[in-house]
Amino acid sequence: MRYLPKSPAERKTMLEEIGVAGINDLFASVPAEYRLERDLKIPRQMGESEIVDHFKSAAANNALGYTSFLGAGAYRHYKPVVIDALVQRGEFLTSYTPYQAEITQGTLQAIFEFQTMICELTGMEVANASMYDGSTGAAEAVMMAVRVTGRSEALVAKTVHPEYREVLTTYAQHQGISKGLLGYGEDGRVDLKELEAALTERTACVLVQSPNFFGVVEDIPAIAEIVHKKGALLIVSIAEAISLGAVRPPKEADIVSLEAQSFGVAMSYGGPYCGVMAAKEKYLRQMPGRLCGETKDKRGRRGFVLTLSTREQHIRREKATSNICTNQALVALMATIFMTVYGKEGIRELALHNLAKADYAAKKISAGNDAKLLFNTAPHFHEFVLQTGTNPEELNAQLLEQKIIGGLPLGRWYPELSHATLWCATELTTKEQIDHAASVVAQAAVAAPDMVRA
Amino acid sequence: MATTVIDAELEQASFVGTRHKVSAHLTQNEALIFEKSSPGKKAYRLPPLDVPEVDATALLGDAAREDLGYLPELSEIEIIRHFTRLSTWNYAIDLGMYPLGSCTMKYNPRVNEMVSRLEGIAEAHPYQPESLSQGSLRIIKLLQQCLIEITGMDTITMQPAAGAHGEFTGILLTRAYHQSQGSARRKIIVPDSAHGTNPATAALCGYEVENLASNAHGMVDVARLAQLVTDETAALMLTNPSTIGVFESEIHKIAEVLHAKGALLYMDGANMNALVGKTRPGDFGVDVMHLNLHKTFSTPHGGGGPGSGPVACKKILEPFLPTPVVVEGADGMLRFDYDRPESIGRVRMFYGNFGMFVRALAYILANGPDGLRQTTEDAVLNANYIRKKLEGYYELPYPTPSMHEVVFSDRKQQARGLKTGDLAKRLIDYGFHPYTVSFPLIVPGALMIEPTESESKEELDLFIDAMQQIAREAEENPELVRGAPHSTRISKLDETTAARKPVLRWKPSA
Repeated sequence: MRYLPKSPAERKTMLEEIGVAGINDLFASVPAEYRLERDLKIPRQMGESEIVDHFKSAAANNALGYTSFLGAGAYRHYKPVVIDALVQRGEFLTSYTPYQAEITQGTLQAIFEFQTMICELTGMEVANASMYDGSTGAAEAVMMAVRVTGRSEALVAKTVHPEYREVLTTYAQHQGISKGLLGYGEDGRVDLKELEAALTERTACVLVQSPNFFGVVEDIPAIAEIVHKKGALLIVSIAEAISLGAVRPPKEADIVSLEAQSFGVAMSYGGPYCGVMAAKEKYLRQMPGRLCGETKDKRGRRGFVLTLSTREQHIRREKATSNICTNQALVALMATIFMTVYGKEGIRELALHNLAKADYAAKKISAGNDAKLLFNTAPHFHEFVLQTGTNPEELNAQLLEQKIIGGLPLGRWYPELSHATLWCATELTTKEQIDHAASVVAQAAVAAPDMVRA
Repeated sequence: MATTVIDAELEQASFVGTRHKVSAHLTQNEALIFEKSSPGKKAYRLPPLDVPEVDATALLGDAAREDLGYLPELSEIEIIRHFTRLSTWNYAIDLGMYPLGSCTMKYNPRVNEMVSRLEGIAEAHPYQPESLSQGSLRIIKLLQQCLIEITGMDTITMQPAAGAHGEFTGILLTRAYHQSQGSARRKIIVPDSAHGTNPATAALCGYEVENLASNAHGMVDVARLAQLVTDETAALMLTNPSTIGVFESEIHKIAEVLHAKGALLYMDGANMNALVGKTRPGDFGVDVMHLNLHKTFSTPHGGGGPGSGPVACKKILEPFLPTPVVVEGADGMLRFDYDRPESIGRVRMFYGNFGMFVRALAYILANGPDGLRQTTEDAVLNANYIRKKLEGYYELPYPTPSMHEVVFSDRKQQARGLKTGDLAKRLIDYGFHPYTVSFPLIVPGALMIEPTESESKEELDLFIDAMQQIAREAEENPELVRGAPHSTRISKLDETTAARKPVLRWKPSA
C-alpha cells in the first residue's frame, strides 16, 4: 500500500521489539466473536490513475458545459489562482488546530487577519475564526442571542433561506426556543408592521437575511430601530459575502452571521463552505467558536494565540457556549486570500460588476410578455425573482434543452410563488448567456399551451 | 543583529544531548497584511463589463456602501510572499510526525486534492437538476456503501459538517427514536474519559449529563453503569477504543446493560483508525456512531477544518435521519428524498461537506480492503512500538493493552517540577509537534501519543530518541525543559493577557 512507509522486514523487527509473535496479538483485547475475519466488501485497491479516471467519469456525469443562473446560497464567482496555490501548501493544508502557538503562528496570524477583515466588511467589532457554514452559523447566532437576553423567543423572517430556517428549527427544538415567522410585503422585504406587532418582551432576537432569499436588500436601520425598542437583538444573516462590496454593512445589527463561500470557495455540490460570526464586542463572551487574539512572547515579540477558550467545550464541557470544535479554518484561509487579492477596491468593483450583470439580466429576461419581475420596488443585489405564465418546470425543461440551467423554482418553499423562479447573475455570467436565456424564456411563453397570465 | 547572536548562543546552550531531526533555520519576518497595504496597489483585474455600467447609488439608494474600510491593497507577488512566509511558521504532517492523540494526524494524499478539484465536481451547484448531478450522487452513494460496510451499520447520513456536529445529529436521532417509543427520556451517560464535545452535545440536545467514573483500568465500570442505567437513560456516549487508547473488551456487556433498559449505545468514532477492517462497531452492539472523515479517512485538517462527520446507525433509527436522503429509483437514477415525515430535520443546508466525501472516497479506493486492514495494523503497531520504547522513561498509568494510541503520565517528571505541558513544548525543539497534553482528564498530567500508520520506523525512532532525551534532560537540567521551546520564532506566549484584554483584530495606530 503506497501510503504506508514500512517494509515487511521493518514490521517484523518492530513486532519482535514489542515482544509479540504477530500483529493479531496486538488486537487480542477485541473479543474473538467481534473480530472481522474476512475482507471488507468495498472496491479493490486501485492505482492512482484508476482513481483519477473514476472521478473524471463522475465529473462527466454532472452538469459540465451548462450555463447556470442558480444562486440561492451557493454562488459561482471567479477564484483567483493564487488562492489554491497557497492553500495547497502542506504547512497550511496538513496542520491541525493551532493549539501549540509557537509552531502554528502562520495559521494564527492568518486567522487574526481574517477576523479583522470580517469586522471591516460587516461593521461589527469582533469576529470569530469561522463556523461550519451560514446555516448552522445563523442557528448558533440565535442560541447566542437567547443566552445574552435570557429570553426564549426568536422571530425569523420568511425571506431567510428556507434551508437556514430548517436548520434553525432542528437546533432550537430542544433548547426551549420558540419560533415565530415574519412574512414579507409586496416589495419582498420583511413586513415592518408585522414585525412591530410580533415583537414582545419575550423576543430574544429577530433573524433576517440581507440580501434576502429573493435577492432583496432589507432596510436594516429601520428593522434595527423596531427590534431594539423592545430590547431584542437583531441578527443579520448574509449568504452572499460579495454583496458587502456594494451594500452598506449592517452596523445596526447585534450579531452578523456571514457565509463566505463567495470568497474563493468552490460550490462543490454544497460544501465545505465557510460560516463566520461577528458581533458587538459586549457580546463576546457568549460567542461560540474559536477566537484568535494578539499577545506577546517572553521577549516582547508580537504573537497570536487561540484565546477565551473558557467558553468552549473542551474546558466547559456541558456548560459550553456550543459543542463546536472543528471549524472551517482552511476555507477561512481561502476567504482571507480572496479578500486580500481583491482588496479594498476590488471587492467593490467586483460587487458593482455583479450588480450590473444582474440588473441587465433582470430587465432582459423579464422582457417577454409572459414574464414579470416580482419584488422589484426594493433594491436588489445580484438575484431576482421572475414570475412567468409558463410553469417553472416547463420553462426550465426548455432552457435545459439549450444547455441553460434556469432559475430555481420557489414553489417548493413558497406555495404562493408556484410560478416564480429565483435567478442569479454574477461577474462570470456573460451578456451572450443572458441574451440566450432571455430568448428561450420569451419563446417558452409562446410554446406553453396552458399559459396563465401572471 | 543582536537578537541573532542571542539566538545562536541559546541554540548552543540549549541541548543536553543531540537533535537528530532538525537544525536551526532562518525564517522570514512578516508584518500583518494591513501593515503592508498601500492605496492604489492591485492584485486583480476584472474583464471589461459587457453590459451597461450601473450607478450603485441609483440602484441601492440608502443601502449603497461608500467605503470598505481597512481592507488591504497589495500586489500579487506580495500576497504570495505574505502567505508563503506565514506558512513557513507552521508545523505540518508534511514536515514530520504529528502525534496528537485522538486527532489521527495521518498523511493527506494529494490525489484526493486533485480529484476534488475536477471541474464537474468542484463547480457543481447544489441545486442543479438531479439528472445533471448523477456523478455527485454516485460519489455519495458509493462512499455511503463503503462506510456502512466498514462500520457494520445499516444506514448513514452524510450531512454533519464535523465530528461534534455528527454527535449532535446522532443524539437527535436517539432522541427521536425514544420519542417514537413514548418518551424522549432525560439523561445521557458520558464517561469521565470522554472528549468535551460529548457532554456539550448532550446538553445541546436537551439532555442531562450523567458522569460515569472509569474503573481502575481507565475503562467503563460495567457494574457502575448497570446501576446508573434506568428507563430515563437515553444513551451512553462511548469512545471505543477509549481515549486512553484501550479497546473496551466488555463492550458486549455494556451494550447488553443499555439495551436491557431500552437505552442506546452511541459510539464516538474519533478512534476508528484502530478498528477499520479488524472489527465493526455494528457487530459489537453500537446503535449509532459518527465518523470523522478528517481523522480516519485522511481528509486534511487544514489548520482546524473543514471536517466531515457522517453518522451511521442501525435500521431502527433510519426513519429519523436528516432530510434529504439519497435514494435509487427503479431506473437506476439517484435522487434526493425529501418526504421523510419522521425526520429530525436538517442539520445543515444542502447535503454536507461534499468536497470531503470526494477525498474520503479517493482514500478508500486507494486502499481497498487489504490496504485499510494493513493501515489499521500499522497504526496499532506504531503505538505499541512507542509504548514499548518509552515505558521505562515515562509512567504508564494504565497497563491495559494499547491500540492506536498510548497515554503516559508526567508523574516521574513531576518530581522535578515538570508537567506534561513542559515536556510537550520541549518536543518542539526536537522537531516534533507535541502530543495531546492533559487529556484525557482521568489521567493527571497525560501525554497522549497517537503516531498513526503514516510514520516510518525511522521517524518513530527519532521521536523515541527525542522523548528519551527529554526524560534525561528532565533529570539533569529541568530548567532547560521548563523554558522550552527555545528554537522557535517566538517563545511561550502570554495567554493570560490575551484572555484578560482580548485584542481580536488589527487597528491602525492612531
